[in-house]
Amino acid sequence: MYNEKVMNEFKSPSNVGEVENANAVGQVGNASCGDIMKITMRIEDGIIQEVKFQTYGCAAAVATSSIATKMIKGKTIDEALELTNQEVIDELGGLPAQKIHCSVLAEGAIKAAIKNYLENYKKENPTA
Amino acid sequence: MKVYLDYAATTPVDDRVFEAMRPYYTDVFGNANSVHSYGQEAAAAVDNARRTIAECINAKRTEIYFTSGGTEADNWAIKGMAVRYKAVTGRNHIITSAIEHPAIIESVKYMSKHGFDVTFLPVDEGGIVRPEVLEKAITDKTVLVSVMAANNEIGTIQPIKELAKIAHAHGAFFHTDAVQAMSSMKMDVRDLDVDLMSFSAHKFYGPKGIGVLFVKSGVKPDKFMIGGHQERTMRGGTTNVPAVVGMAEALRLTVKEMDENNATIKAARDHFLDRIRKEIPNIRINGSLDSRVPGNANVTFEYIEGESLLLSLDLAGIACSSGSACSSGSLEPSHVLMAIGVPVEISHGSIRFSFGKHTTLADVDYVVDELKKAVERLRKMSPLTR
Repeated sequence: MYNEKVMNEFKSPSNVGEVENANAVGQVGNASCGDIMKITMRIEDGIIQEVKFQTYGCAAAVATSSIATKMIKGKTIDEALELTNQEVIDELGGLPAQKIHCSVLAEGAIKAAIKNYLENYKKENPTA
Repeated sequence: MKVYLDYAATTPVDDRVFEAMRPYYTDVFGNANSVHSYGQEAAAAVDNARRTIAECINAKRTEIYFTSGGTEADNWAIKGMAVRYKAVTGRNHIITSAIEHPAIIESVKYMSKHGFDVTFLPVDEGGIVRPEVLEKAITDKTVLVSVMAANNEIGTIQPIKELAKIAHAHGAFFHTDAVQAMSSMKMDVRDLDVDLMSFSAHKFYGPKGIGVLFVKSGVKPDKFMIGGHQERTMRGGTTNVPAVVGMAEALRLTVKEMDENNATIKAARDHFLDRIRKEIPNIRINGSLDSRVPGNANVTFEYIEGESLLLSLDLAGIACSSGSACSSGSLEPSHVLMAIGVPVEISHGSIRFSFGKHTTLADVDYVVDELKKAVERLRKMSPLTR
């Protein structure tokens, strides 16, 4: 059902947990649909210094969370905002058709976290 | 270590069954419909098998019809009875339960597109159809009532005898899908007084691709698989002789060894439940434990999603199922768990463990040990864990 890369990410995911002193938090999905992804980040000078995830969902959801956090770590927020679910799928070497929606979740969680950061930033720097 | 806990999905063919089947693939290969000696030898084997199966369920030989499995038998029972008896009696109402196998649910839905009214009976929180619920739903337009003998996801046993009595009191026929019941329950069609009953061999250590529709003498569903003169013209298609022979031997052994196997299986299942109740927090055991086949445990693990758990266990060599095998690939929560009131937001974390005659207590201990690790790992990863 899943390729080796996906299974490896599922078996030993990177960046599991919550970033301490996170300044960007994004959560998408709901339990009724069977998947929730929460991403926390520490963004400094527009660069994602730290990123971690917590995911409730299938193996594809875990694997996409893991790979997506690896893809954006150390990147600027503009670069991270450009990440598409197709790039996440490609990086995993493909996902079964019925699991494509899981990769959309990863993209959504990242965008939600950055949006949260930008809103916080505006509040703290009203003149910026 | 490898442990198979998915006996409700399918079972391995018993060695003795396989040996009984073997000659019918190579030496006795004739078409049971042929007049020559090759055919007649095969026909004799089919007759013997039919007699054995009839004896096992207390039916007459002429009441046993071979099919390709449980799904075909269910389709035939629903569609054949609905079409035939609407024409004869004008009745156009079918009653079934909310927790049936998709073979029944989809067949009934199909009939609802062809002029039939359909009622899905709710179940209580234990997963049992209460007879009084049928009593309220049945009318003088009801042509057929179909309720499964035991549920495939949560293993709950339905009060078939009482339900059949109610159906008959209102002039309706009664069918039961006994696919999940055959391996652990003595199904006596006379005592239960059912008009039709479906089952398939691969759930009781027989081959896949073969099943039976029992049809009581005098009950006449329309033909479903139309073709040659097989099965007294009621079901066309060359008889799958080795599979028929295998099913008969499998059922004979199942009935003969049932008490012993049930005791072993129940001991394994109960040991599993005892341990997980003590050792894994935030779980929910789904379905009544009082009225349930011995080999089923259905457990919801809060804060985690079933497929992740299924795959984690698979990596440890453990095979089980989320809901039912037929539901995998679907994103919808299980209709059975919804019917017994499992909250939708935790229903995705439900796993069916089904135990069989080869399951040992050592297997169970290994599974619980691995299950604890997998649940802990996934809960650590979950944003829902409190």
